[in-house]
Amino acid sequence: MTTKNFLFVNRKAPYGTVYALESLEVVLISAAFEQNVSLAFIDDGVYQITKGQNSKGIGMKNFSPTFRALGDYDITKLYVSSESLAERGLTVDDLMELTYEDADDDYAEKPSIILVDAKGMAAMMAEQEVILSF
Amino acid sequence: MAMLHIVNKSPFERVAFDSCLTHANAGDSIIMIEDAVVGAVDGSSFSGKVKAAMADKTVYVLGADLAARGLDGKAMDGIVSVDYAGFVDLTANNDTTQSWL
Repeated sequence: MTTKNFLFVNRKAPYGTVYALESLEVVLISAAFEQNVSLAFIDDGVYQITKGQNSKGIGMKNFSPTFRALGDYDITKLYVSSESLAERGLTVDDLMELTYEDADDDYAEKPSIILVDAKGMAAMMAEQEVILSF
Repeated sequence: MAMLHIVNKSPFERVAFDSCLTHANAGDSIIMIEDAVVGAVDGSSFSGKVKAAMADKTVYVLGADLAARGLDGKAMDGIVSVDYAGFVDLTANNDTTQSWL
């Protein structure tokens, strides 16, 4: 099968709408097809990967731990907009520590989150062949 | 006539929250629920507008929605966190409610 560069663009906060959960479902499906998958978290999408999410009070499933599993599916590039974090009063310390084990480097644990500015995000987008927006 | 304004959209994505703040009168109450709770976080580009509103209005946030988004403890001072029962009390204790969808 041909391998293509897939990008999932996440721009919505979790729980208020179903976009974030649906995106994650499709990301996991794409992993099964062994594509080169990247995720982008822009605008309110950054709220999807905040740490300490506790959705018991709203009666919905907290799906944020699923992001921790992405590394095991070779999804290791999660681009986060630095401007979006700053606008929202957040820093990278407010995000989950998402990592993957690098098979090419004796399975060393490495961070999956890549903090980029808009220029860096745009450059990454220019490399993509298939872009899915949520 | 005191009014409870209910906001459920993120201020970073829609103008509903901003419109609510523009149209709410002194003495009114505003509650952030669902995606609107992100507007409670201190130090954001929107927090100044919420702080200005708190000068003559009472601002509430539904605590369960804040916790779901990992934002517990990040709300501005002066914002009152309520549970669902508190939300019901607010609707009962105000003359009218207005939802900013």
